[in-house]
Amino acid sequence: MSTTLESPATTASSTTAKKLSPAQIEAFGKELDDLRARIVADLGEKDAAYIRDIVSKQKKLEVAGRGLLWAGWFPPAWIAGVTALSLSKIIDNMEIGHNIMHGQYDFMNDPQYTSKNFDWDNTIHADSWLYTHNYVHHTFTNIIGKDHDATGYGVMRLAEEQPWHPIWLLNPVFCGLLQTFFQWGTAIQELESEKFFKREKTWAEMKPGLRRFRDKAGKQALKDYVLFPLLSGPGAPFTFAGNAAANLVRNLWASSVIWCGHFPEEVETFSIEETEDESHAEWYYRQILGSANFTGSHWVDVLSGNLSYQIEHHLFPDIPAYRYKEIAVEVRALCEKYDIAYHEDSMAKQLASVWKKVFKLSLPDSFYTTSKKAGLAEIITFPVRSMKLKQQAAA
Amino acid sequence: MSLIAQRLTSSSVARRVLNSSLAAAITTPHGVDRYVEMIDPLWSSTEIRAEVTDVERKTADSVTLTLRPNNLWTGFKAGQFVKLSVEIDGIRRTRCYSPANSQFRRDGHLELTIKVDPDGLVSPWLLAHAKPGLIVQISQAQGEFHIPLPHPRSILLISGGSGITPVMSMLRTLTERAYIGKVTFLHYAFTEDDVIYREEIAEIEAKYEGVRIVRAYTNADNGDLRGFFSREHLVAADKHYAEAETFLCGPMPLMDGVRAVFEAEGISDRLHLEQFAAPTRTVPTDDATGTLSFGASQIEVENSGQTILEQAEAAGLTPDYGCRIGICNTCVFKKDAGTTRNVLTGEINSDEDVNIKTCISAPCGDVSIAL
Repeated sequence: MSTTLESPATTASSTTAKKLSPAQIEAFGKELDDLRARIVADLGEKDAAYIRDIVSKQKKLEVAGRGLLWAGWFPPAWIAGVTALSLSKIIDNMEIGHNIMHGQYDFMNDPQYTSKNFDWDNTIHADSWLYTHNYVHHTFTNIIGKDHDATGYGVMRLAEEQPWHPIWLLNPVFCGLLQTFFQWGTAIQELESEKFFKREKTWAEMKPGLRRFRDKAGKQALKDYVLFPLLSGPGAPFTFAGNAAANLVRNLWASSVIWCGHFPEEVETFSIEETEDESHAEWYYRQILGSANFTGSHWVDVLSGNLSYQIEHHLFPDIPAYRYKEIAVEVRALCEKYDIAYHEDSMAKQLASVWKKVFKLSLPDSFYTTSKKAGLAEIITFPVRSMKLKQQAAA
Repeated sequence: MSLIAQRLTSSSVARRVLNSSLAAAITTPHGVDRYVEMIDPLWSSTEIRAEVTDVERKTADSVTLTLRPNNLWTGFKAGQFVKLSVEIDGIRRTRCYSPANSQFRRDGHLELTIKVDPDGLVSPWLLAHAKPGLIVQISQAQGEFHIPLPHPRSILLISGGSGITPVMSMLRTLTERAYIGKVTFLHYAFTEDDVIYREEIAEIEAKYEGVRIVRAYTNADNGDLRGFFSREHLVAADKHYAEAETFLCGPMPLMDGVRAVFEAEGISDRLHLEQFAAPTRTVPTDDATGTLSFGASQIEVENSGQTILEQAEAAGLTPDYGCRIGICNTCVFKKDAGTTRNVLTGEINSDEDVNIKTCISAPCGDVSIAL
C-alpha cells in the first residue's frame, strides 16, 4: 500500500477502485470467466499425470528422509535426511495439500485427490483449514475485519486499521515467532484466541476448535517427536532433532511464501463497507488488487505450490496450480489492457517489503504522520492515556 | 517386482503389520496405503482395486475383461453387478457391469463383458485401450438379481444382446455346481455372430442334459426362433414357463414384452429382472421437474429449480457450506445419480458417483445426493 498513512477513509484501495467504471469491471470479469472456461475445458490427463508425479516424488523424498535420519548420528546422513524431509513436507503442504484441498483435482473423481478426503503432513486440521483459508481468506481476501489473515492472524499488526498499542513494538518479534512456529500458529488460527484473551469469546466457544487441534496436532507430534525417534533406537535424539529441523524449514518457507502473497506494501486492503454488494467481477478485481506474485525458477514455483502466482490463485483457486504460469500470461495482458495494478517482484524484494511494513507498523502512526517526536511521545504517554480512557469509561 | 511385492503384502504377517495402529500412527495423516502402493499398485484398504489380466474381443462390438481383484473383494452371487471405475483422460468414470463368470470360479477372477455403445464414453474407451496390466477399481457386488436359495427346480433364463452377462453367470454357476433341476435359456441376438458366448453355450448344451438352449435371431433365419419376443416364443422355449422362476436381462423392448406377458397371466412374482438404463442425459428447462432425493437423510423433495444446497436447506437439512459462490469446496457432496447443471457456466453433468459443488449445481430431473 503506497498511501498507508492516509486515514482509513481514503485508503489507496478505494481510490484505485474508482479508476474503472462498473461497465469496465464487468467486461474485465467476463474476460476472466472466458479464460477460466477455456482452462477448465482443457483439464484432463495432463493434470492428473502432473499431480501423481508430484505425489510420487514427495513420497520418495519422505521415505528417503525418514530412512536417512535413521542413520542421523552420521552428519552427512543427518543433513541429507533433513533436506529430503524438509522438501517432502514443503511439497506435501504446498503443491499437494494446499492445492488438492482447494479442490483443484476434484475433477479427477479419484478419492485420493479429492479435497474432502485429503489431509496433509501438518498440524492444521484439514477441516479447520477449509474454514479459515478456503472459506474466510479466499472469500473475503484482504477485507479488514473479515479476512483474519489480513490483520496478521491476530498476532501481528499488518494494517494501520488495527489500532496501535505498545505491544506492537514487538511486531517484528511476533512476526519471527509466527514464522518459526507457523504450523502451530495456523493450527490454532480458527480459535482466534486473541478474542478469548480480550474476553470477546468464551471457553465453551473455543472447545470444538481445540478438540480438532488436539486431535490433529497430537497425531503429528506423536509421529515426528515420539514414534520415529523411538524407532531410531539409540539414534533417537538425532531423529528428533532432524524432524524438528525439517518442520522448522517448512515453517519458515511456507510462511515466507504466504507473506509474499498478501503483505507486501503495494498490496491493497479493503473495508467491509466498500465491498458490500460486490459483484462477481468486482470480486475478481479485489483478488487482483489484494494479491502479489513473486518471480523465481521452476523449482521455486513447485516448492511454493505455485503461490508465486498468488494473483492467479486468488482468481481461480480451484484450477490446478501448475496451470497458473500459463494463465498468468493472459491475466497480465488483461491487467495491462484495463490498466489494473498487477503486483509482481522477486521473492527477496517482496519479502523485504513485508518486513519493512512489519517494522514500520510496530510504531504508532503519528511517528510518520506528525513527527518522530510525536510518535515517541505517544509511546511514552500510552499508559497514562489508557488509564484516563478507562476512568472516563467508568465514569 | 509388483508380483513379488504382492506376495509379500498379502502374507498374513505383513498384513498384520501394515494394518497395525503403529503403521497408521507413523504414516499419519496419509495412511499406510499411500506408501504400500508404491510397491504394490493393487494394495488398498479402502477400495477394491483390480488388475486387468486378459482382454478379449469376442464380437465386433464387445470387449471382455478378466480382472484380478485385491483382497477386499468378497465375491458375488451370479446375476449381481459391480460398479467398474476407469480413468479416462484424467477423470474417473464409473459404470455398472455384471460379471459373466461362475460365482465359484476357482481363481477368484472376474469376467466382465462390455457391449460397446458407439455414442458412449467408457465402453469405446475400453474397447480401444484396455490391456493387461491396467488397474481399475470395482465396487462390491450389488443388486437383488440372483438365483434364490434353495434353488428353484425349474429355471428360465431370458436375455437379449449384452444382457447375456448376468444370465451367463447364472448358467455357468448352475452347471458348474451340478444343479439337478431344469434350465431353459432363451437368448435374443441380431444374428449368430452377435451371440457373445456362442461357442461356450454350444458346449454347455452338449454337455448338460438338463440345459436347453433356445436361440432367437431378429435378423436371421438360422436360429431356433426368428423375430422379437412374443408369447409364442415363450411357449416354444418352455411350455411350463409358468412353473419356472424366470430371470430376465436385456434391452428395454424385450424387458417390456416379457413383463407384459407375465403380468397378463398374473405370474409377475415369478419374474426377476435386471435393468440397465443408459445414463440419463436430460436437457435442463426453466420449469423444474423431477425429484431431489437426499440419500443419507432419506428425504425427498420436488425439484424447485434452485441449487441443491438451497433445496437441501429448504428441506430442513444443514449441510456444510462456505462461500456459496463455487469457490471454497465446503459444500461438495457426492451425487449418486441424475443430471445437474452448473448455474454459473451452464455445464451439464450426468455422471454417477461424482462430487459436485451443491451451491452452484441445480438438478435437471431426478437427482440423488448423498446428503
